Amino acid sequence: MSFFMENILTIVCFFPLLGVALIILWPKGKEHDETIKWIANGVALAGFFISLPLITEFNKGQYIDSETGMRFVFKADWIPTIGAQFSVGVDGISMLLILLTTLLGFIAILSSWTAITVRVREYYCYFLLLQVGMLGVFMTLDFFLFYVFWEVMLVPMYFIIGVWGGPRRLYAAIKFFLYTLTGSVLLLLAILALYFYQHSVTGIWSFDILAMQQLNVPMNLQIWIFLGMFLGFAIKVPMFPFHTWLPDAHVEAPTAGSVILAAILLKMGTYGFVRLSLPILPEATMYFIYPLLALAVIGIIYGALVAMAQKDMKKLVAYSSVSHLGFCMLGIFIATPVALEGGILQMINHGVSTGALFLIVGIVYERRHTRMIADFGGLSSIMPVYATIFLIMTLSSIGMPTLNGFIGEFMVLQGVFADPDYWMAAVWGAVGIVLGAAYMLWLYQRVMFGKLEHEENRNLPDLNGRELATFVPLIILAFWIGLYPKTFLDYLHEPVNQIVERVRPNEFPPLPAQTDLRE
Amino acid sequence: MPELPQISNPLEFFLINGRAIGPQLHLILWGLGLLCIDFLIPREKSRVGAFFAVGGILMSSLHLYRLWGERLASAFYGMITLDAFALFFSMLFLAAAFLSVLMSYRYLEVEEERATEYYALILFATSGMMFMAGAIDLISLFIGLELMSISTYILVGFMRRSRRSNEASLKYFLLGAFSSGVILYGMSLLYGLGGSTNLDEIALQVAGLQDNSLVSLALFMMMAGLCFKVAAVPFHMWVPDAYEGAPTSITAFMSVAVKAAAFAIFLRIFFVAFAELRETYTFVLAVIAMITISWGNLAAIKQQNIKRLLAYSSIAHAGFVLMGLVVGTEFGVMAASMYLLVYTFMNLGAWAIVILLRRQDISGERVEDFNGLFFKHPAVAVLMLVFFLSLAGIPPLGGFIAKYFVFAAVLDVVFAEAGPHTSVLVWMAVVAALNVVVSVYYYFRIVVAMFVKEDYLPAPLSFSGGLMVVLVITGLLTVWIGIYPQPFIDLARAASASLI
Repeated sequence: MSFFMENILTIVCFFPLLGVALIILWPKGKEHDETIKWIANGVALAGFFISLPLITEFNKGQYIDSETGMRFVFKADWIPTIGAQFSVGVDGISMLLILLTTLLGFIAILSSWTAITVRVREYYCYFLLLQVGMLGVFMTLDFFLFYVFWEVMLVPMYFIIGVWGGPRRLYAAIKFFLYTLTGSVLLLLAILALYFYQHSVTGIWSFDILAMQQLNVPMNLQIWIFLGMFLGFAIKVPMFPFHTWLPDAHVEAPTAGSVILAAILLKMGTYGFVRLSLPILPEATMYFIYPLLALAVIGIIYGALVAMAQKDMKKLVAYSSVSHLGFCMLGIFIATPVALEGGILQMINHGVSTGALFLIVGIVYERRHTRMIADFGGLSSIMPVYATIFLIMTLSSIGMPTLNGFIGEFMVLQGVFADPDYWMAAVWGAVGIVLGAAYMLWLYQRVMFGKLEHEENRNLPDLNGRELATFVPLIILAFWIGLYPKTFLDYLHEPVNQIVERVRPNEFPPLPAQTDLRE
Repeated sequence: MPELPQISNPLEFFLINGRAIGPQLHLILWGLGLLCIDFLIPREKSRVGAFFAVGGILMSSLHLYRLWGERLASAFYGMITLDAFALFFSMLFLAAAFLSVLMSYRYLEVEEERATEYYALILFATSGMMFMAGAIDLISLFIGLELMSISTYILVGFMRRSRRSNEASLKYFLLGAFSSGVILYGMSLLYGLGGSTNLDEIALQVAGLQDNSLVSLALFMMMAGLCFKVAAVPFHMWVPDAYEGAPTSITAFMSVAVKAAAFAIFLRIFFVAFAELRETYTFVLAVIAMITISWGNLAAIKQQNIKRLLAYSSIAHAGFVLMGLVVGTEFGVMAASMYLLVYTFMNLGAWAIVILLRRQDISGERVEDFNGLFFKHPAVAVLMLVFFLSLAGIPPLGGFIAKYFVFAAVLDVVFAEAGPHTSVLVWMAVVAALNVVVSVYYYFRIVVAMFVKEDYLPAPLSFSGGLMVVLVITGLLTVWIGIYPQPFIDLARAASASLI
């Protein structure tokens, strides 16, 4: 095994730092901005390519940890006194999210080429730092390290919103920071409680997530720890009623910031539930199942209704995020095999389609400096390529068959029906889909069709090559997941079965194991 | 603890015992020497005094380093000890004094205060602190405390021509003298009850007397006086005024070293003399810690003056250290020591940048004075960001590790012991955790000014070699402790193990 493959996760995680170092050390002066852009794009693209072996080598026996089934595991002592380790490893869920991060990180950076004209050097530094934090969260197997990465991404995101954002950017940025931080400090207390409980049972000081997943925490303690973790993750997701920071952050953030926020950052919250909250605290999750499902469903319906009332395209997409993430949470909390897998797939789908929708809004915003729906109309005749892409992504977002959204939402609803106790949740979820179709199609109709009433829109240029390039991978992914989801689902069966076995043991038949993983 | 052999020859007695207080003696002798040669140093070359003081501190550190391996039990018939706890804190004081002196000389020139006795007083105050850290007897403890306090009173009022500085000094002196009196009153009660001034002796005598009202009175008297010295709410009133009025370099010195010294005796008294009376004070101290953290942070939100803002933030930080004290375990002492260690460097770094902004006729104290700092001096602004993030406790910086240990110490007790006192500890942890969010809010006001506002005041910053050294050392340590804290944890653990 080569050095690269031995340490692939560490390299993927810290690779963007190379770009940060280069950018900082590059000679000063505005005339170098072009070079800085090339460096940032190059590093981000290279980061994507070096993360590709994760998927191609995923099932090679030598990279599979025989005890835990994790791939590409790397462990090193970090703070021996408290038992914190630098420990990384991935399973199917985190592997897909890491690839999504490296891909969307690159797309977001590419989309900023002309949008960001001031303080270019800093901007790309923050973006690459953000990338490190997000990748770290998805790959770490140590709770202490998880918390460190979880917090590390706050500061770059704060600056991305606060410096390059819209008119109310400072308010939105600090709101984002404080909301998330409130959740995370309580998360820290929850982590510590688990840590000390584990020590009182096993006598070992360790933050090993996989070991914690084997604990049987007593019920009264589980409830408290769950509440701490729930706040930490639910604010991040964000679930109703903790979502109020999201529209502000999305509306004020620059396009690329919104893309990364929607596509990756929010996934950190849902990922937290899947990786930590469910397997470590299964009984507490089931204890709170009614309120949790209720919040998820309220999020779906409420997000959709509020989206329908928006006049600002970006705000509409932001609220649609709240609605879509409700589906993820519905699938995750109900924790039947199909629903959970659907919820996880929906995380990827949301990253693809909402990320693309924010790019789409960004394109017209960059040309017209307005995002008001009323300022557009009839664009389809002027920007045909743009109109096509917009249509594909709208359909993907509302769950049109042959596109990715359909698979995810269908699996979630099917999975919810599998548990007869909670079928009502699926009914309300289905209502959400209808509403989703309503606001997205209405948006499309108002922006794209009708008569061209605003003369200044007449000369809007269609997509250029660079802009098209940002969409191509997302469109391919949308169709791929929509037409042949097995490619992706195959990686999810094993971890999903493990989680379901932990949360609702012996209630559901496990998902069919794919062809033997270990070659 | 093995005593030194009884020695009849007085010269030999002083040689052996004097070795134990060598680091303090170094500081005092260098300070006195500085006063003697004062008249030889021309006014405009007053920075010679600074380098003289640095020499004294380095010699003292060297001596301290050599004592490190020896672990002499005690000296002067049980007055002074040289356990790891004392050495740890002495090291901290020397580091703080070293950095404070280095950041002072340029600042004093800007303020047009050129006097070498400033440095002599810093040396005296530091030696007082080192006596406090090593004191295991009420007498030596109080002498150390007064040596430190009186030197600091003068330093606070060092800018004779500034009314603000005079007022601060008077306020600090009056309240400080009062609180010393309260501590002394508690000590006299303890002496009456225990029949000894030795802390170990007192511990034996008061061990069975939980319900004795005189013991409680003595305990709460000392607690009140010490809370004043560490600036815990409701004994914090002097802090914003004293910190604002004092020369900024002295404010920096006070906010880390004086505070740490007060915590050293706080820990020593409560973990040695009152070791058996934990139930008596846990609740009260926990409430004080909660109020201190909350009030310090909430009051900081509204401040327009960076010195007052940092003063309130230092009150909040004292609350975090108190949390380590409240839990009353070895882990708690370790957390408090670790916190003070990290706090020393990150806070001195932040103050150094405040000093850097004091230039020409710009006070550098208003929040607006930070506007646009990033565009003109990106490295300085990024360093300030690092210090603020660390103060707020955002990983991967030292401040996070410090806060982590405080929270861990609290939850450790909660899981190890069941009982009525643990529920208040849980609340304390939750309140403290939420306060981290509040602190980010006001630290980020300055960050916004530095990174987003664009109207930069064009006067050049007051750079000096010493200040650059301070920034490099504090910046590096703040990041280093965050990324690889293990060696520092080992130090703090050794200190806490020796206390209990």
